[in-house]
Amino acid sequence: MLSVFLIVIAAIFFTGIIIRTKSLASGRKGPGILQPVRDVVRLFRKGVVYSETTSFIFQIAPTIYFASVIMAMLVVPFGQSRGVLSFNGDFIFFAYVLALGKFFSIIAAMDTGSSFEGMGASREALYSMFAEPAFFILMGSLALLSGHTSFQEIFAALHIGSQISYALAALATFVLLMIAMIESSRMPIDDPKTHLELTMVHEVMILDNSGFDLGLIFTAGYLKFAIYGALIVNLFIGVIPIQYAIPSFFTIQFVMAVSIGLIESFMARFRMSHNPQFIVALTSVSLLIFFGVLLILQKFM
Amino acid sequence: MNFVIAFVLIPFIGMLLFPFLKVNGKGIAAFALLLVNALISGYFAVQNLTGEAISIILPGSFVTGIIPLRIDALSGWFMLIINLVFVTGGFYGLFYMKAYREQRNNLTLHSIAFVFQHAAMISICVVQNSFVFLVAWEIMALTSFLLIIFEHEHSVTIRAGINYLIQAHFSILFLMIGFIWVASKTGSYDFQAIAAYSASIPVSASFMLFIFFFIGFAIKAGFVPFHTWLPYAHPAAPSHVSGIMSGVIIKIGIFGILRMLLVVKTDLLAVGYLVLIISLLSGLYGVMLAIIQHNLKKLLAYHSIENIGIIGIGIGIGCIGEGTGNQVLATLGFAGALLHTLNHSLFKSLLFYAAGNVYQATHTMDIEKLGGLIKKMPQTAILFLIAAIAISGIPPFNGFISEFIIYTGLYNWLSDTTLVSLLAAIFTTAGLALIGGLAMLCFTKAFGIIFLGTERSKLTQSSTEVSFMQLLPMYALAAIIILIGLFPMPFINLLSQPVSLFTSTISMPLNAVQINAFSALQPISWASWLLILIVIGIFMIRKHVLSHSKIATGPTWGCGYIASTSKVQYTAGSFVRTYSKLFAAFLLIGKHEDEIKGIFPSEGKYHTHPYDKVEKWLIDSPLKFNKSFMGRFVFLHNGKLQFYILYGVLFILAVMSIPIIYQNIFSFIEFLKHL
Repeated sequence: MLSVFLIVIAAIFFTGIIIRTKSLASGRKGPGILQPVRDVVRLFRKGVVYSETTSFIFQIAPTIYFASVIMAMLVVPFGQSRGVLSFNGDFIFFAYVLALGKFFSIIAAMDTGSSFEGMGASREALYSMFAEPAFFILMGSLALLSGHTSFQEIFAALHIGSQISYALAALATFVLLMIAMIESSRMPIDDPKTHLELTMVHEVMILDNSGFDLGLIFTAGYLKFAIYGALIVNLFIGVIPIQYAIPSFFTIQFVMAVSIGLIESFMARFRMSHNPQFIVALTSVSLLIFFGVLLILQKFM
Repeated sequence: MNFVIAFVLIPFIGMLLFPFLKVNGKGIAAFALLLVNALISGYFAVQNLTGEAISIILPGSFVTGIIPLRIDALSGWFMLIINLVFVTGGFYGLFYMKAYREQRNNLTLHSIAFVFQHAAMISICVVQNSFVFLVAWEIMALTSFLLIIFEHEHSVTIRAGINYLIQAHFSILFLMIGFIWVASKTGSYDFQAIAAYSASIPVSASFMLFIFFFIGFAIKAGFVPFHTWLPYAHPAAPSHVSGIMSGVIIKIGIFGILRMLLVVKTDLLAVGYLVLIISLLSGLYGVMLAIIQHNLKKLLAYHSIENIGIIGIGIGIGCIGEGTGNQVLATLGFAGALLHTLNHSLFKSLLFYAAGNVYQATHTMDIEKLGGLIKKMPQTAILFLIAAIAISGIPPFNGFISEFIIYTGLYNWLSDTTLVSLLAAIFTTAGLALIGGLAMLCFTKAFGIIFLGTERSKLTQSSTEVSFMQLLPMYALAAIIILIGLFPMPFINLLSQPVSLFTSTISMPLNAVQINAFSALQPISWASWLLILIVIGIFMIRKHVLSHSKIATGPTWGCGYIASTSKVQYTAGSFVRTYSKLFAAFLLIGKHEDEIKGIFPSEGKYHTHPYDKVEKWLIDSPLKFNKSFMGRFVFLHNGKLQFYILYGVLFILAVMSIPIIYQNIFSFIEFLKHL
């Protein structure tokens, strides 16, 4: 239960911090940290416009997308304390329930019959497909290292000991962070602030959403960030007592948000054709983690 | 005993009866006979899934020897699947075939073949005499050929049918080699003789024996590289037959492999790795090719290859678990494979029936021409969507449950200590994850292009939803899909018995190993319920909020462009364009392109037609070589009767001279020996 509470709090501030960092880096004062939340509340109150082309798919998709993210949030643990749901193989459920949301957001984009949204849908489907093996290899490596197969048991059993495991934790952080960037459609895969629909991925898929539905999609996006942040935090706080773990949770989430803001300020988005290569490279990094684990366990005779 | 006689007699009654009935009567009578046979076999199947195996020994004749009928839990499980798919398929077919009412004789043949095929497939599950088994196998192959070529006035259909017929007989050839091998050594056709014989010979020999059976059954199951008949046969057949072919005929190959695993005693570890590698290749290759297909039924056919791959991964890790003595791994592997067999037959037949509805409404299977059907056929669309989500292995439907079991097995495998198995486990996991992602790409494409957006081309006829009765079997299938997704445990309990056959453990009702292995399924079922509750909850809130706010409709936002037509929509080709560029090395896509040129441009064209690399190298090239080689002897084939008689005479002379020459050779060798 603790994890849900913490993730929701982190989600409230996360995107605001990114935006604030970006504006400070570009020499502006920028909106308040709670502005994204205010935007969502405003959207919840607004009326909606539906395209004539769309069907009921378009109407239920944001709800299912949001629900899938909530479900994913429920299985994420916090150090020693379990998530709301915890069972062997819960990370498989985590990945696949997020896929449910993605499935619906993709078909909802195609429901509008717009070529832009179709383009975004096609890219989203492709990129998330490439990201999946990386996640499963990473979790497999951690499962092998810890000898357990549920999020909570894996993270509780992970303890950073030797130098090589520091390297592994760093690599795992990198992989999770990049998966978070792909899933949340941020740099360097996608730039939510781009000015051309042709170069967007996620933003272009939701061109036709408005009002309550758009609010749900935004909220789900904020939550997704915090969920992946929580996973990264979990890599490090396995054995730390809870009074230190909670502050370090927020510290790491804050550092993550600031660094995302900085990355987005000083880096350009990849060329669309480079994205798949990048994401496949991610799979190789997680394979590297796997080999590292094999090294630790002295499987290479 | 009486049941067996009744079961065998029923198709013959049908054969005598159908020609004299009216068109409606033929269908109803065929369905009724099918139902009777399904009830008889289903009764036995349920009985031994929950209790003891049944064994009936028929006396047989002097050709066949005694015919043992042994119904164990494995046969029971497959008989249930076969009955389920045949009954729903038959019911769907009653309404689907209405468009062909005029073809009376054709329908008679179709009904007879349908009933016979069901009987043959049930027999295959039960008969444990290799001679009778092959006869039943042949009946199945021939009847499915007849079912495929229903629309035989199209040359494409005939070509697909003959392609199937030839490949089916290659399958029989390999099976025959295996069976004759054993029969010639033991003099018995009983499967128990195979078990005894394979235990007595060296492992390398019994592995070879297994390979012959495996290839024979793999051709039927559609493992890569033996899959090339599927993408032709499925689109050519009427939709209910495609559903049955994909739902159960290819599964009978899986049944054969599983049966042979029980019968042939060989090195399970080696078998496990072999099956695992072939399955992983099939899974990946199947879905890779499925994505680029523009013919809906062909797309579904390639997807069957992918799912056979997933089932095979389960079988592979099951064998490896059994070979290394890891009971949990073996349990998870076989349970995953068996459950996915059921699951795939459910959602794949549902998808084919939905494709049938689309075909009935639009008379095309080219998805590039479709679009916006969800408004005209909302029920078909929802049913297709359920099956599409289930086949992508996404919760809360049944596909997730079986894939989850296989994933759990793979992660369990990581507790193994050898480097090879760890590497195999992690690469299989990554492969399975990639298959899942690709399947999602494939089915978002299929559903999105066919049912969403607006019509991509003017269709000649007005498309409307099919009748409720035709949708009824589809709803039944969808209900089971949801049921397995939400309540997996009863089905796992049913699986306990068949899985125990492989893991050689006692099962009443779930043994300790199985309870441990499936511990995660109960929480998953809660999680699925919770997911549904959350969706409903949020939807209620949304409804409440929207009731207070203004709802407007307008055109799709075209980014400032207002004269958008349906032609600017994303097409299936454009949806997967990036994908097909990335995976170009594995794909073979022919292109015809007329670019738009000049100041007054003429019409532009862009055509792609996907082909199969394996087919090109494995089927087409040898055939081409064969043809050019045989072409050298064309001069013999000169159309003159005198010459043909001469050939006959020469042949007879040659045959007659064999003993003489043989005698000479023999005496020559004797002579050499004396030296």
